[in-house]
Amino acid sequence: MATASKAVADSRANLPFVYRQYSAEQLKQVLYKMYLIRRFEEGAEESYMRGLIHGTMHLSIGQEASAMGICMPLAEDDQITSTHRGHGHCIAKGAEVKRMFAEFFGKTTGYCKGRGGSMHIADVAKGNLGANGIVGGGIPIAVGAALSSKMMKTGKVVVSFFGDGANNEGAFHEALNMAAVWKLPVIFVCENNGYGMSTSTARSTAVKNIADRAAAYSMPGVIVNGNIFSEVAEASHKAVERARAGEGPTLIESKTYRHRGHSKSDRNRYRTKEEIEDWMSNRDPITLFESELREFGFIDDKGIEAIREAVAKEIADGIEFAKASPSPDVSETGNYVYTEQA
Amino acid sequence: MDAMVRELSYAQAIQEAMAIAMDMDERVFLMGEDIGVYGGAFQVTGDLVDRYGADRVLDTPISELGGAGVAVGAAVTGMRPIFEFQFSDFATLAMEQIVNQAAKMRFMLGGEVSVPVVMRFPAGSGTGAAAQHSQSLEAWLGHVPGLKVIQPATPYDAKGMLLAAVADPDPVMIFEHKLLYKAKGPVPEGYYTVPIGKADIRREGRDLTIVATSIMVQKALDAAAALEAEGIDVEVVDLRTIRPMDKQTVIDSVKKTSRLMCVYEAVKTLGIGAEVSAMIAESEAFDYLDAPIVRLGGAETPIPYNPELEKATVPQVPGIIVAARDLVKGVR
Repeated sequence: MATASKAVADSRANLPFVYRQYSAEQLKQVLYKMYLIRRFEEGAEESYMRGLIHGTMHLSIGQEASAMGICMPLAEDDQITSTHRGHGHCIAKGAEVKRMFAEFFGKTTGYCKGRGGSMHIADVAKGNLGANGIVGGGIPIAVGAALSSKMMKTGKVVVSFFGDGANNEGAFHEALNMAAVWKLPVIFVCENNGYGMSTSTARSTAVKNIADRAAAYSMPGVIVNGNIFSEVAEASHKAVERARAGEGPTLIESKTYRHRGHSKSDRNRYRTKEEIEDWMSNRDPITLFESELREFGFIDDKGIEAIREAVAKEIADGIEFAKASPSPDVSETGNYVYTEQA
Repeated sequence: MDAMVRELSYAQAIQEAMAIAMDMDERVFLMGEDIGVYGGAFQVTGDLVDRYGADRVLDTPISELGGAGVAVGAAVTGMRPIFEFQFSDFATLAMEQIVNQAAKMRFMLGGEVSVPVVMRFPAGSGTGAAAQHSQSLEAWLGHVPGLKVIQPATPYDAKGMLLAAVADPDPVMIFEHKLLYKAKGPVPEGYYTVPIGKADIRREGRDLTIVATSIMVQKALDAAAALEAEGIDVEVVDLRTIRPMDKQTVIDSVKKTSRLMCVYEAVKTLGIGAEVSAMIAESEAFDYLDAPIVRLGGAETPIPYNPELEKATVPQVPGIIVAARDLVKGVR
């Protein structure tokens, strides 16, 4: 992405990183996308309640700054692997919400032609190699993609998103170790929302910070406030630069919170109402970013309202597109198991 | 002009196939534990690291799950990895990546990706390596749609099927019996492929069809040679691929001989023999059967260390002869 001009940059010299790095237009686009993620998930949740979407889904409402901040310095052909809580990553990497809705509705126009649903949402053309239903499943795959980048000298950087739960899987250890041994261009992003389903990190994880584990793999371990877009984006920038320079992987721990339960079966018996309320009222990533944009003069109330309206329209159009799209025929159940060969 | 045919061992044939694949396509690379200067646990990669370098003959840490995932990720993003497991038993450590990721990724993503990864699994008993280094787990993976699972039985097939596997856009799992590595046979120079999904009739016969896999193919042929002296004419079908299975070759053979015996090293129940038997029972060949189907498989035990016990755990030639004779003569 083009960065802010020098004159503009000088006038912002004391502002946080992203306000020095990006143009007003780019920053407004970030706000647009954060709203798009939020409203997409609210739209998906509502569609689920109305019986238009079946199965389950894992909402990342409250984690939007983390997805957007990490993806901010990535180029279109950089790649990511994502998680069961991956709607935000998908949108942040450039997916269209109409094709995401279509996937959730099980339609042929969906990103996976209705075969994957929420838990396997992907957008390969935009570098999203897929969400994953297996905790930690995408981490070694990201290392493999980074190995391809190194072997084919494509210059691509790969980001592996995962949650705090995944940091106790063996795949995490094996993958981080290999990435470090081979100095691969990969960034490990642990979105620590405090709970692996119902089990808090305090009860599941021996180290205080997941980033502390980076020391075991001789890579930088960086902790950021995952609800502050600028903090996340700055850490991601540094990690991307390091990866592109051939210096190897970074582990970023993005401390955040999910406002909703783990999935649709969650009775929320492991968190207090007060805790949830505190995060929603005082640390909402969109509210925080919006206030900064306003305070630093990048946007006014009218501008924010315009973004909200445009997002609402894109969401409504997306749901209509999904509803109107055809379902796959049951005669096609066996498609895509193997590559069709002439 | 026909390519020069030499006698090569099964291991040499595999090594030659990997070298040809790497010569033909710079995306092909080998990865696995101690496959570099060590040459692999069974010396299959041998000195390939000297010719292709440590980047293309990549030693991995002892990380089967992570290694399998790296292979999957590399395959999805444009490379053509061949991942060697030291022992097929260690597939148990990597099942997540094999079963949930490699096998399903194309399907889950609606055909947006292919996963052209090859995984090689030294398998089977007979080396005194005991229960955790001697299993035959091919049916585990054969149960998973999205995977292709092959068991070459000869050096010729080992080379041709590996080259077919590398050319295949989907994940191919190759189970190589460890006792076959030193077996020799004719292998042409240069590139050729043996198709995945096609069985081979190794010996034609009229009285009985033996469907065998991997090392049991040679044992079945040895038994058939002995039975010939008694006037029993055995047809031996080498299944070669267990997924996707070549049903028609087996059906046609059973229609001809009217008797079926399955011989395989893996644990007898819930395996390849059950699948082949049920497939025949569901097919038009069922009406041609003159006798119940017989399965000879591994015992319902882990593989023991003691060499006599170890041999007794899996089918051997004398047992195949007795079972085949009884089947043809109607002895229950």
